[in-house]
Amino acid sequence: MERVRGKTTSAAKTETLQAVLVGGSAGAIDVVSHLLAALPADFATPLVVLIHLPRHRPSALLGALRGHCRLSLREPLDKEPLLPATVYLAPPDYHLLIDPGPSFALSVDEPVNFSQPSIDVLFQSAADVLGPRCAGLLLSGASPDGAQGLRAIQEAGGAVAIQDPDDAIQGAMPKAALALCPSARVLSTKAISEWVLQLPTWQTSKGAR
Amino acid sequence: MSGEFDIELPLLLEAIHLKYSYDFRRYAVSSLKRRLEQALQQFGCRSLSALQERVLREPEVMRGLLAHLTVPVSEMFRDPSFYRALREEVVPYLRTYPSLKVWIPGCATGEEVYSVAIVLREEGLLDRTLIYATDINPEALRKAEEGIYAIDRIPDFSKAYCEAGGRASLSDYYTAGYNATVFDRTLRAGVLFSDHSLATDSVFAEVQLITCRNVLIYFDRTLQDRAVALFRDSLCRKGFLGLGAKETLTFSTHAAAFAEFAREDRIYQRR
Repeated sequence: MERVRGKTTSAAKTETLQAVLVGGSAGAIDVVSHLLAALPADFATPLVVLIHLPRHRPSALLGALRGHCRLSLREPLDKEPLLPATVYLAPPDYHLLIDPGPSFALSVDEPVNFSQPSIDVLFQSAADVLGPRCAGLLLSGASPDGAQGLRAIQEAGGAVAIQDPDDAIQGAMPKAALALCPSARVLSTKAISEWVLQLPTWQTSKGAR
Repeated sequence: MSGEFDIELPLLLEAIHLKYSYDFRRYAVSSLKRRLEQALQQFGCRSLSALQERVLREPEVMRGLLAHLTVPVSEMFRDPSFYRALREEVVPYLRTYPSLKVWIPGCATGEEVYSVAIVLREEGLLDRTLIYATDINPEALRKAEEGIYAIDRIPDFSKAYCEAGGRASLSDYYTAGYNATVFDRTLRAGVLFSDHSLATDSVFAEVQLITCRNVLIYFDRTLQDRAVALFRDSLCRKGFLGLGAKETLTFSTHAAAFAEFAREDRIYQRR
């Protein structure tokens, strides 16, 4: 028994996304670099990419991906607000979370699924804070990390997609996600950027709040 | 997460504050929620309300909860380039003081304390330095004071020590047993381990150096501002503040009180 407060959210379906979240591990870097290359310069919704990397060494990923991306690309700092037309890469040796704002938060809590950063941690916090206003995409990987998080995004009403396990270099991560989110879109490697581009994202930076 | 959780969260934090004076009300919410979910599992509570009931009536539950809410695992010489910058760029300034005071707030189980102490020892400054190592968790402080670390962590510590420009071998500073290593007690002869809260306590000393790495990430902007104001008021003019690799004063209300000193390594200097 509860009273309805404010308007109901029938407009939720047309609501633009505040963030698109991408997770992956072994075999995901090439997929991400193709995706970034396909994003137009006016793709304004922040894109957050988390790829598992070896611990205790600086990430070379930023340099490797920079040439492939028309958008601003960087590792977020603690409390940095999510800005339009920016691709954020999760830094090594921290968990990356979304706090209300939305802004980034970091933690050095224990690894989850032997991973720090963990995709589950990022996706679950995004689902909690952004609800249907985020979308999740899980790519190739040899770890079950990300499956719980993807389900959290789906349960919160966000769009979710998984790289086809048979088309991924490592199928374990997408398979684990499919087991928990059987109704998620399954995408061939080629169809991934198309799926991201059809999401209700901000089309110009003017679309940002 | 359910809507009830979001309702119960501020109630629990208020209850903890009223009963025990620990103030988690301005902690960054996403990490706090994760930690509380783990605590719910450990204490076998179905909801934060159930946990609150126990916290209020069983002080030992509060002690256990404190461990969930406060102690992040740290590593010695985490981000070796920070300690290299400390040694190569900050130490020359520190040398000019006849005696030194250093504050390491949120020291948890002491890894950062021993790292800083080793740098100061190797630079010949430790004998004239007083280090305040503070935390809100008495159990963590006790461990920090013991200086005992699991032996399987030592290889990573040693590697980082070398990358940080260590002048000797890390093994010069500890005695190894079967499962654990004990760090040289002379490293902590000048360390005062003490209870202090960045959320509720105030300035207690004038210091030349503060290192506070990966503590502020657990605070929201308001509490970060409070902590940074304490740092500003504790540092002498031209004193140094070292933050974690992904922490910045850019978003702080008090940014203007500091100048960037070693930008990449997040070392600031009090104006």
